[in-house]
Amino acid sequence: MRIAWRACLVAILAVVLGASVVAQGQPRVTITYWQYYFESKVKTMDTLIAQFEAKTPGVHVVQETFPYDSYNQKVASAIPAGQGPDVVNLYYGWLPLYVGSGYLQALPAQVFPTAGIEREFVPMIKAAKFDGRYWALPTAVRTLALFYNKELFSRAGLSRPPVTWDEFRADAQKLTQRDAGGRITVEGFGIAPNGQDHQLLREILFRQWGTAAYSADNRRVTYNNPQGAAALAWYTDLVTKDKVGVIDFFPGGNGYRDAFNAGKAGMIVDGSFAIGAIQSGAKFPWGVALLPRRTAGGAPSNFGSFWVNGISRKATGPRLTAAVAFLKYLTSPDVQRTWLRQVGEIPASQALAADPKLAQDPVYGPFIASLPYAHATFFVDETAQRTIMLDAINEVVLNHKDPKAALDDAAAKEQKVLDDFWSKQAHK
Amino acid sequence: MARTLAPRGPTGLAASDRVPRRSQAGARWRSAAAYLALAAGGVVVVFPFAWMLATALKTPQQIFELKFWPSAPTLDNIRQVLLATQFPRWFANSLGVAAATTASVAFFDSLVGYTLAKLRFPGRDVIFIVILSTLMIPTEMLVIPWYIMSARLGWIDTYWGILFPGIMSAFGVFLMRQFMAGVPDELLEAARIDGLSEFGLFARIALPLVRPALAALCIFTFLGNWNAFLWPLIVIQTPEMRTLPVGIALFSGEAGSSWHLIMAASTLAVLPVLAVFALLQRQIIEGVVLTGLRS
Amino acid sequence: MAVSGPAARTRRGLSLRARRTLSAYTFLAVPLGFFLAIRIAPAAGALVISLHRWNIVGTDQPFVGLANFREVLSDRQFWQAAANTLRYAAAGIPAQLALGFAAALLLRRAVRFRGFFRTVYFVPFVTPVVAAAWVWQWMYSPNFGPLAMIAGRLGLPAPLRTPALALYAITALVVWEYLGFQVVIFLAGLEAIPQVYYEAAAVDGARGWDLFRHITVPLLNATLVFSVVYATIVYLQLFTQVLNMTFGDPGGPLGNTATIVLYVYTLGFQRFHMGQAAAATVVLFAALLGVALLQLTVLTRRVEY
Repeated sequence: MRIAWRACLVAILAVVLGASVVAQGQPRVTITYWQYYFESKVKTMDTLIAQFEAKTPGVHVVQETFPYDSYNQKVASAIPAGQGPDVVNLYYGWLPLYVGSGYLQALPAQVFPTAGIEREFVPMIKAAKFDGRYWALPTAVRTLALFYNKELFSRAGLSRPPVTWDEFRADAQKLTQRDAGGRITVEGFGIAPNGQDHQLLREILFRQWGTAAYSADNRRVTYNNPQGAAALAWYTDLVTKDKVGVIDFFPGGNGYRDAFNAGKAGMIVDGSFAIGAIQSGAKFPWGVALLPRRTAGGAPSNFGSFWVNGISRKATGPRLTAAVAFLKYLTSPDVQRTWLRQVGEIPASQALAADPKLAQDPVYGPFIASLPYAHATFFVDETAQRTIMLDAINEVVLNHKDPKAALDDAAAKEQKVLDDFWSKQAHK
Repeated sequence: MARTLAPRGPTGLAASDRVPRRSQAGARWRSAAAYLALAAGGVVVVFPFAWMLATALKTPQQIFELKFWPSAPTLDNIRQVLLATQFPRWFANSLGVAAATTASVAFFDSLVGYTLAKLRFPGRDVIFIVILSTLMIPTEMLVIPWYIMSARLGWIDTYWGILFPGIMSAFGVFLMRQFMAGVPDELLEAARIDGLSEFGLFARIALPLVRPALAALCIFTFLGNWNAFLWPLIVIQTPEMRTLPVGIALFSGEAGSSWHLIMAASTLAVLPVLAVFALLQRQIIEGVVLTGLRS
Repeated sequence: MAVSGPAARTRRGLSLRARRTLSAYTFLAVPLGFFLAIRIAPAAGALVISLHRWNIVGTDQPFVGLANFREVLSDRQFWQAAANTLRYAAAGIPAQLALGFAAALLLRRAVRFRGFFRTVYFVPFVTPVVAAAWVWQWMYSPNFGPLAMIAGRLGLPAPLRTPALALYAITALVVWEYLGFQVVIFLAGLEAIPQVYYEAAAVDGARGWDLFRHITVPLLNATLVFSVVYATIVYLQLFTQVLNMTFGDPGGPLGNTATIVLYVYTLGFQRFHMGQAAAATVVLFAALLGVALLQLTVLTRRVEY
């Protein structure tokens, strides 16, 4: 009896000890991941997390998601309380604010060597580089292209999308329909300064009209010159002279896209992130084309953007290790392929994006072809810089200000924003 | 403030003698004009709401057809919101939070309003100004301190976390103080002599007299919490805790807003509230007639 | 207790005052604690933040004295937002009060369908702002909207896209929304007027307009004071409606519809300059408190006898 009792005790002890040894050998680490809510992204991420957890025993990832329109605010509010995620999904244009304030950690160079990153990823991701180091990386990237309504095109006697901006304007005029009172009922071009057009102006029209928007080191505004003014004038003429589009034609923040889907806009400039919405919304044949150029043989240009995953300063010790492993996984070719298949976003890896099958896809093709020359603006304060560009456009359209004067004003204001940012960086 | 206008003649006339009679025709004409004005104003006032309702019954394509009423109304949006999202859960969360908050506000604010209006004590005016001044701080400025506080106390992602900033409202204190001021002192004095406690004076005498105001306060508090967005957004982490406005915000994304779903969800969120108001408005707004000063 | 005579009354009187103070503070204890901990203390925190360079996501927050105030007060956008905010209040408050009062009086006249009409006038207040703002944008849509068509008949351009009109176009939405609120407040105020006063005055021979002037208006004074002060606070803190009416370009074309709270929000939560945002809030708070106290003093003194 006694011996049996003791044996039993020993056995229990052994089990308990053994279990605790096993538990210590593989400590369970929980990290939190935040992104904005988008159904296919959330679901894809759920399956990716399950796969990651299977491959990385002992690490548990919790995904939390928030409404898109208030996402930045949600992230920002959590930080002063020491709350928030270990791995966070951010718009690349917010990075300087988050990096500059010390919220993000630089990616460890052993796992993410700078040269390796630049070899592997598409060129636009340099906008995530800061102080010579990378602070976050994307799974997928996006560029802009021209969406056009094939039905309206053929009704207007147009057989193909425009190649030059001159053709674009002429086509837009043909596509525009008016009622008896002269009011536009179908826009030739769904113009939307507050949609993608302010990016169109900054990275495409300015460049093609002969001026970069900023100096190479991103410290100086350089668009306030005759070329820049000519580009702005060309754009604003679409509203004031050519009258091929109406700003705020349809209500809501994305009215231009709604107008296109409703068959009330012949063409729009939109990002690859809009593909899904247009696929499900537009009930007519439509196509995607490369953005037009200044001249048929002229240099193309595009605006690239992306959402990145970064590691917050909250992740330390084993959580940091887990976060690094998770980030490595999220940027792996496998995940990029899954992401393309399930979310429909273009892979951030050059090799994957160069896949000929993808390049020939009628919808994805034009976006992918634009990757090599897509510039991601280095925003130091995206909200302020965006408003300044919108104001420049509105000054011309609403107040009939001279485009050059409008750009001079904008440049002075934007230069101040840049100076503020860089002077604060210098203080550190 | 009512003192100079205290009744000078005998009171207690029958209700039918209340309104001075003029010519029947004139009265009828005036009443017709009033109805006409009410109806015209009503059409203008209700039009945007009706548009929302109509949009909820349209397919995504029909939304932009610029026809007010869809040729073939569909319940697909409603169905999708109810079945394919966590709408019932959001609804239940909002209902619980708004109801608890309303109960708390109704009690505390009327008590504070009564105290500030009807009890004389040192520091009264200062306290009123201090409470009133809190109305002037935009919520936007308070959410971060609240969040830090909630993080320390473990309130994040809890119901208490969602509702604690609203359990009393300066708005309600102000409203109730204004209405409590109209309660005749003579009435309270009489009851006091009859031996009612201070709390009894508040609960048994003053409160019934300001029932319309209290009802208004309940309606506003409930609605305010029903529609509250900013703080719930900040404090909620998991899908199960989302309230209606936070849930509805999920229908807006980077690639545009699903207006058909937003309108369907908004309609579903509003109709029950409106129905309750329609059913109860007579009792709550006219409550004073039953309990009040006429006796 | 078998105490009697004048002595007893004095003792009871004294103890009554003390007792009343005691019960007052008993009633106020929990609410005061709440307002101090949940409202005043965080607001004081904002005051502290306004004296620091406080980047919301940053780690170091150096004390900068009044630099944030200087920066805000020298910002053209701040003054534009301040001027806009005053315009909203100047246009919206009288409209809201007048329309709300008219609707409430009409509703009191209606005997039949009263409940129905009351519900109809309450509808705007329950309509979620996001939904309402979208519909209103449609109504203002330069090419399809009925309101834009009316504006066109009057020779006016599309309201929301015209700097001089955009602000008033949004004011109309706010007035519409708060009409239901105002009607309920006025109805509650009117109901609270004891019928005996009307009866008495009627016996004295007072008729329609006299009743209105000498009974309704003075006895509605507390409601009016409340409405004016509260509407002022609402209008000077406008934000959600403005944001939703011009979503892609918050503050409207060229900042013509921006308000102070929108300015604070953008500065603090979009651009992360929390120190400056807090400074702007402190300025707004001081202005609001000043206006509200002034209103309370003036309005209350004039009619309270």
